[in-house]
Amino acid sequence: MTDGRGLRLYAILYLVFLYAPILLLPVFALNDATIVAFPLSGFTTKWFGQLAQLPTLFDALRNSLIIAVSSSILATTLGLFAARASSRYDFAGKGPIMGLIMLPLVLPEIIVAMSLLMVLLGMGLNLAVWSVILGHTLICMPFAIAILSAAFQSLDRSLEEAAYDLGESRWSTFRLITLPLVMPGIVSALLISFTISMDEFIIAFFLAGAEPTLPVYIYSQLRFPKQIPSILALGTILVAVSVVLLTIAEYFRRRGIAKVGGKDTGGFL
Amino acid sequence: MEDQGWWGRFRRSESFAGLALVSPTALYALLLLAAPLATILLYSFLTDGDTQTRIVWDFTLDNYIATLTEPLYRAVMIRSLSVSILVTAVTVILAFPVAYYVSFHVAPQRKSLWLFLITIPFWTSYLIRVFLWKVILGYNGVINSGLTTLGIIDEPLTFILYNVNAIVITLAHAYAPFAILPIFVALEKIDRSLLEAGQDLGESKAMTFLRVTLPLAMPGVVAAVLIVLIPTVGDYVTPQIIGGGKIPMVANLIQSRMLDLDNRPLGSALAVVAMLVVTVVALAFVALNARFLKVKK
Repeated sequence: MTDGRGLRLYAILYLVFLYAPILLLPVFALNDATIVAFPLSGFTTKWFGQLAQLPTLFDALRNSLIIAVSSSILATTLGLFAARASSRYDFAGKGPIMGLIMLPLVLPEIIVAMSLLMVLLGMGLNLAVWSVILGHTLICMPFAIAILSAAFQSLDRSLEEAAYDLGESRWSTFRLITLPLVMPGIVSALLISFTISMDEFIIAFFLAGAEPTLPVYIYSQLRFPKQIPSILALGTILVAVSVVLLTIAEYFRRRGIAKVGGKDTGGFL
Repeated sequence: MEDQGWWGRFRRSESFAGLALVSPTALYALLLLAAPLATILLYSFLTDGDTQTRIVWDFTLDNYIATLTEPLYRAVMIRSLSVSILVTAVTVILAFPVAYYVSFHVAPQRKSLWLFLITIPFWTSYLIRVFLWKVILGYNGVINSGLTTLGIIDEPLTFILYNVNAIVITLAHAYAPFAILPIFVALEKIDRSLLEAGQDLGESKAMTFLRVTLPLAMPGVVAAVLIVLIPTVGDYVTPQIIGGGKIPMVANLIQSRMLDLDNRPLGSALAVVAMLVVTVVALAFVALNARFLKVKK
């Protein structure tokens, strides 16, 4: 274990590198200067106050919330079907089918966004909140499935068989036995999908039409140097909300695995 | 009533139950992913029309010829590929020791905490993280103004300014957790008694690492390479924000051809070629490591 200390130092430095940008965010959001540079010139909360006056910010927030709630529910529901099917059954074409469903995990988002955009424009449809929901559901599904599959796989099958033996139907067994056991996984999948959708930019940028989401709104404001401190304040709030949601999601994910007596392998992926 | 045909048998089979269950999700992916991708592939063989017709149904290879021969497109394609190969190398090499540390030196009950800490930054807004790197690396940015304030440098450092280096740093930061997790999973699977056996048989620690640990960790390294390489080729935000649109990568080119110039067939051909190139590179890498990938019990 002699090399453990050097590795530990490296791992900690690596974490510092990972967190550096996020930690600088509140520092400059609370700095009393319009340019983002050292030395810091004083403490202020006025940038947070100015958010209330930013035009159309609340429209963007409303769009983002509608999109994130809808696509997290859709992605988790569709994810439940796929996760249950892939962890419980062997079926013809399982590899290619699951491969297609999980493909957005590695496919560049620009390809997903552009191909969807071409089809929607080709059909002569008007882009709006609904088209972003379609795209976000697609990219949230693989993450929901990864979390839900872990929950289903650690499920003891004999519990379900016992319910069948005691005369429960397939559906009532699912509702009374399976669903409560994987519920923490479902909550975790919902929260992760919500966070992904809230933060996603590319698909929202190309598919939102005239109804921007919060990240698209932020992108449009980055061109104005005067707005930068307010945008940093907004970013601070967004990151804080994400971290809180993720911590809750992690809590549920762990509880779900503990509930069915599985071993925690750690991580969402 | 017992029906006997293959359909009856199929209906009661496990395969049918699985297919029926997966069908809503599969149908969704088919309609909103497979069909649009097929549309892009089809468009890439058609001819560009005017603002009314958009697409003319004349089959042609012109879009592919333009993509492969025009110097601008080739330059952008080569830049995208080299940036993403560089990012992948940097990310995976920097990530390996962290994954190794968490797997071999962290107490089991603290492993999930470490993994959680590593993944948090990945889940926060990508756009804001990229913008922050621009702010950090800029001419009057955090690094330059910080070092000047501390009196370490007089002139702002220029090698980190809005160039390819800045793009590589930003992307390496963004994809770090993607690289750590698969390597960590592969390391976790290694039977620790194999390492003891190596040392009992007289190998040094370094040799045990090279001859036992590293080959067994290769499936994770290959997964990490693929999961970083493929998305980074198509990154749009980083060149746009960090490069200020002056150093476009292939995603920016696809967007400008398809939307700004409204040349959907050419944009589609660029997208298809970019995906083909990265697939070939990825498959070549997998083939090179094939001997590590089949070591399964």
